[in-house]
Amino acid sequence: MNTTVSPTLRTDATAITQDAKKRYSAGVLKYRQMGYWEPDYQPKDTDTICLFRITPQEGVDPVEAAAAVAGESSTATWTVVWTDRLTACDSYRAKAYKVEPVPNNPGQYFAWVAYDIILFEEGSISNMTASLIGNVFSFKPLKAARLEDIRIPVAYVKTFKGPPTGLVVERERLDKFGRPLLGATTKPKLGLSGRNYGRVVYEGLKGGLDFMKDDENINSQPFMHWRDRFLYVMDAVNKASAATGEVKGSYLNVTAATMEDMYERAEFAKELGSVILMVDLVIGWTAIQSMANWCRKHDMIMHMHRAGHGTYTRQKNHGVSFRVIAKWLRLAGCDHLHTGTAVGKLEGDPMTVQGYYNVCRDSFTRQDLPRGLFFDQDWADLKKVMPVASGGIHAGQMHQLLDLFGDDVVLQFGGGTIGHPAGIQAGAVANRVALEAMVKARNEGRDIASEGPGILAKAARFCTPLKQALDTWGEITFNYTPTDTSDFAVTPTAAV
Amino acid sequence: MMTNPTGRLTQGQFSFLPDLTDAEIALQIEYGLRRGYAWSVEYTDDPHPRNTYWEMYGIPMFDLKDAAGVMLELDACRKAFPDHYIRMVAFDATRGVESIAMSFIVNRPKREPGFQLERQEIGGRSMRYTIRGYAADAPEGERYREG
Repeated sequence: MNTTVSPTLRTDATAITQDAKKRYSAGVLKYRQMGYWEPDYQPKDTDTICLFRITPQEGVDPVEAAAAVAGESSTATWTVVWTDRLTACDSYRAKAYKVEPVPNNPGQYFAWVAYDIILFEEGSISNMTASLIGNVFSFKPLKAARLEDIRIPVAYVKTFKGPPTGLVVERERLDKFGRPLLGATTKPKLGLSGRNYGRVVYEGLKGGLDFMKDDENINSQPFMHWRDRFLYVMDAVNKASAATGEVKGSYLNVTAATMEDMYERAEFAKELGSVILMVDLVIGWTAIQSMANWCRKHDMIMHMHRAGHGTYTRQKNHGVSFRVIAKWLRLAGCDHLHTGTAVGKLEGDPMTVQGYYNVCRDSFTRQDLPRGLFFDQDWADLKKVMPVASGGIHAGQMHQLLDLFGDDVVLQFGGGTIGHPAGIQAGAVANRVALEAMVKARNEGRDIASEGPGILAKAARFCTPLKQALDTWGEITFNYTPTDTSDFAVTPTAAV
Repeated sequence: MMTNPTGRLTQGQFSFLPDLTDAEIALQIEYGLRRGYAWSVEYTDDPHPRNTYWEMYGIPMFDLKDAAGVMLELDACRKAFPDHYIRMVAFDATRGVESIAMSFIVNRPKREPGFQLERQEIGGRSMRYTIRGYAADAPEGERYREG
């Protein structure tokens, strides 16, 4: 028995893969020779397919890099192990089967990798992500890697319960149909006492908003204990509901240090009769699935703020696309998800953002390259997530927002409500009137994309608060070049 | 009179706009029909925010493809219940939706007194809330009548 063989890179014929004795003799093989590259592979309906954007180090062959990605995101280790032969190892090896240069991006390649369904524990995003975005993203032969999109097989989709409520049932519970929902984040984010905070909530809801919202970093700081916030906010919600005859809500953020703390806060929100609570993405996949279970059990709508996502979704060459995060969140279970505004202050190319909305709301998502969607995705009747557009939007953009996103969205105007020169109620009125006028005009057959400003101006004639809003913010735009855009030009046949 | 900025019940798609004319209502109905929805007329004198089931003025008009026909039903309902809340409701039977797609109020009582918020103090600083319509004390069918 030879135990002194030093790991030497063997570069002989690809026939190695087929010859078990050679394949498993000690040493270091190229990943493509270990079975992670199968250009003839036909993905099965039950396979998960990932599309990675990879930037190999100088001198690293793109096919070898793709095979390495397949290997490092499934079973491979850096050297050959004989213990593989104790297993049905071919099943566990992910298979890179296609590599193409990224259009107009020298040095970057798209790599398609297929994963057998046995690789992932049923109903566990934590398990799936530990493989797909685990060690592979720190792998030295790659300068950078990004998980661009994922096709999740129906067989695996069906192991998830998905959104606790879903957008259809949410509308039924709220008794609000045929228009986007309106919300606002209570501002300032930090420093308001519970009493002052509830004032903002009351004014916004009474003025015409459907929802108010805690911000992502409002938990239980020295200036406002969480119980105080919940008590004052729910008084405001109920008072506004009585004043308008509408169901109202305020997303009570239960994000906390431990699951025990989050459950305690959620229980209190339920006792006080809140229709909705909120968590931040930073609590992690396992906590998200646990909270989704809790919400499902207690008839609670679950709002997800995507705090932190920009650290890994924004740069095009490295990380995880938000469309993948949105798919995982729909499986894991949330009812609201911040998905961008396209026209507001935060990152987002309009078509790319529409792609995220499709992922949240479709029954069947079609491949649509200009929107960044690389795969057909059958959602197998999984409930739908209500997308949330929040961040630097105002009433003057109502036609653009309705045209881009349609009815099934929560439009959140924080500064655009609370910063209104005539007060918070006036800000809410401006937004609600702008919204209803635009929905009405669209339904009447008007072309809101082009006629929008005229429709708003006409509505402002009977609504002074809207006129004031348009005078204050009408010209404000955030026209910066997005960093995360599709690599594929719009084709005339693209679905609308 | 209710104290919210509109002075009235704000349920439905268009409560913040001036009342829709019949011609405008017909345009909304046509929009729904083009999208394959079935229209229904519902009325109530109990507009509590959690009162889901307003009375149906007939079953949804699944086979009616003409806005004028839907408007006839609305007119009949208005004649029968001039002081009730009446709403137009559109049903979408598409798989994955199978719910209401549009809903807006097309008739209101002349006076809308709104709702009282009753607070019941319970343990600690917690509160139990009940919303009660000021008009709800009269029996069904006898509310909102001008005195």
